[in-house]
Amino acid sequence: MKIKHEKSKARRSKTSDGSGHRRLVERRKRAVKSGSDKWILRLYVAGQTNKAVTALNNLKLICEEQLKDRYHIEVIDLLKNPKLARDNQILAVPTLVRKLPLPVRNIIGDLSDKERVLVGLDLIERSALLGKQ
Amino acid sequence: MKKEEVQSRRKVLPKSPTDIQGLDEITGGGLPKGRPTLVCGGPGCGKTLFAMEFLVRGATEFNEPGVFISFEETEEELTANVASLGFDLDSLRKRKKIWLEHIHVERSEVEQSGEYDLEGLFISIHEAIESIGAKRIVLDTLESLFSGLPNPLILRSELRRLLHWLKKKGVTTVVTAERGDGTLTRQGLEEYVSDCVILLDHRVTDESSIRRLRIVKYRGSTHGTNEYPFLIDEDGFSVLPVTSLGLNYSSSRERISSGIPRLDTMLSGKGYFRGSTVLVSGTAGTGKTSMAAQFVEAACKRGERVLFFTFEESPSQLIRNMRSIGINLEPWEKRGLLQFQATRPTHYGLETHLTTSIKMINKLKPSVVILDPINAFVLGDNQTEVKTMLLRLVDFLKMRGITAFFTSLTSAGDTMENTDVYISSLIDTWLLLRDIEIGGERDRGLYVLKSRGMEHSNQIREFRLTNRGIDLLDVYVGAEGVLTGSARLSQETKDDAEQLLHKQNIERKQFELERKREAMEAQIVMLRSEFEAEESEALKVIEIEKTRNERFAQDKSKMAKSRKADANTKTTGTK
Repeated sequence: MKIKHEKSKARRSKTSDGSGHRRLVERRKRAVKSGSDKWILRLYVAGQTNKAVTALNNLKLICEEQLKDRYHIEVIDLLKNPKLARDNQILAVPTLVRKLPLPVRNIIGDLSDKERVLVGLDLIERSALLGKQ
Repeated sequence: MKKEEVQSRRKVLPKSPTDIQGLDEITGGGLPKGRPTLVCGGPGCGKTLFAMEFLVRGATEFNEPGVFISFEETEEELTANVASLGFDLDSLRKRKKIWLEHIHVERSEVEQSGEYDLEGLFISIHEAIESIGAKRIVLDTLESLFSGLPNPLILRSELRRLLHWLKKKGVTTVVTAERGDGTLTRQGLEEYVSDCVILLDHRVTDESSIRRLRIVKYRGSTHGTNEYPFLIDEDGFSVLPVTSLGLNYSSSRERISSGIPRLDTMLSGKGYFRGSTVLVSGTAGTGKTSMAAQFVEAACKRGERVLFFTFEESPSQLIRNMRSIGINLEPWEKRGLLQFQATRPTHYGLETHLTTSIKMINKLKPSVVILDPINAFVLGDNQTEVKTMLLRLVDFLKMRGITAFFTSLTSAGDTMENTDVYISSLIDTWLLLRDIEIGGERDRGLYVLKSRGMEHSNQIREFRLTNRGIDLLDVYVGAEGVLTGSARLSQETKDDAEQLLHKQNIERKQFELERKREAMEAQIVMLRSEFEAEESEALKVIEIEKTRNERFAQDKSKMAKSRKADANTKTTGTK
């Protein structure tokens, strides 16, 4: 986990020459080549709450914009299937899990902050957020 | 204090007994039932263990299944950690008594976008509770959520909701939290968990660690407010509310032998009181431990159990040394009547010493407890603490009618009575062993400084260690002062010689007198015979005179007759 943190730091420092971005693009290309170009996204919710609905709508919007025809969204209602909360160590809801492409990424919240979702899904560089913060 | 008694008196607030030794006593029956309790403290102070014991005891003793939600350790780690305390979590889990759940929280894996809630956690907890019908739950350590999840504001309100939700469910909750800087918990959890807050503390003073527990608050119930020492050992967690002991023990009138017949005689012929506190103090090498051993032997011979705390010698060394004075403790140890507990005083803090001692005593239930020596605890200027500790120990022993035998090493320079003055008030029978240096040798003298409730001898006795145990001898008390050892012996021979001389003198005088008497009597006989001779001579003369006088009178009357004198004159004349 520490390593990951360092990686992201490294990435941030390399953005000036664009190598980080290039690597990201290459990775995506590789994913396409290997046939697993489809994004599998799982959204854990607990009942049809406001947050759940908002999250799903936000997610759909983002996917349509970024990953048109390359994604699959699974919505899991933990109230109907409580075992999955434990099995997948879901504490907070809504939680969005990017199952594929690897590595697995988790985003919690109703996904109303689009840029953070993009960062969370590795679709944009974290550095894009820095200016905002 | 009886548990039932406490519960009947405070029916207002139902309590969930912990069965943690001593804790139920100070909380008046346990943790608040169906409400959350916060256990906080620094790292390594035993929070997790406390919580785990609460669950395990609940499951095994009160048939209340429990859920353990761990945010830090995995199920395997937890199981392994508490196995050393004799908790078989695997079996309890199989029997559906305990539910372990590790929830993994790591921040960097999580990105936050917008609002969230902890419904996922709620669902997991709900599942766990429902699956075993849990009545108790532990959240260990809830605060690690703060490092794992973003947005403390949301988290705070969610935790508040969680605790409220658990309260509504009626499960007794224990929440652990790390102690913060100047606050009870880092994230201010005490604001939400307001029913009961227990603070655990692990302090190091004078290089030894002391664990203490304090109930910071307990809503709706009275509770002990002191800091209580507690222990974590192979039997788990134990709190010892020793400060709650008082002076309300009953005293036995039974007497028990000290193992030294002459000493018993000094103590009005019967020895110590059962359940009393005996102190033997003296300088180095005066035989304090030997006296203790003699007492131990006597107790074991009566078939009583003895617990021997030795702080300076190892048991085997002690046994060997005692054998040299003819006291064999080994068979008693083998038979289980005698148990040694050897620890260095510096091994841990006073409180821990006290608590371990009390635990040992509770377990072994001895009739006699030996502490050899007590002043090993005095390091630097902690006399007050030592006194408090001993006071608590003495109270504890007295309540159980256990005879306590302490030895105390006094330094040679001080007046012995003075050195131990800080504990003297606790002691019922105080024996003093002292060195007596006479004529280039060192002897031991023993006397009874005090002995409450009995007439005791005020005499000093010579104390001798023979190969048949301890022997007490009368000391020489005479014109030369108090003498012991060879000085006593030589003085005694001197005395004997003198006496002989006196005797001879008297005999001679008597003989002389006798002779004088004989001489005198001889003289008396002589004088008497002389006197008798003179007497008879004198009588003869008197007789002659008498006859002559009579004849003279006859002659006179004859003359008168012949001269025809008046007859009347005769009568008057003869008159």
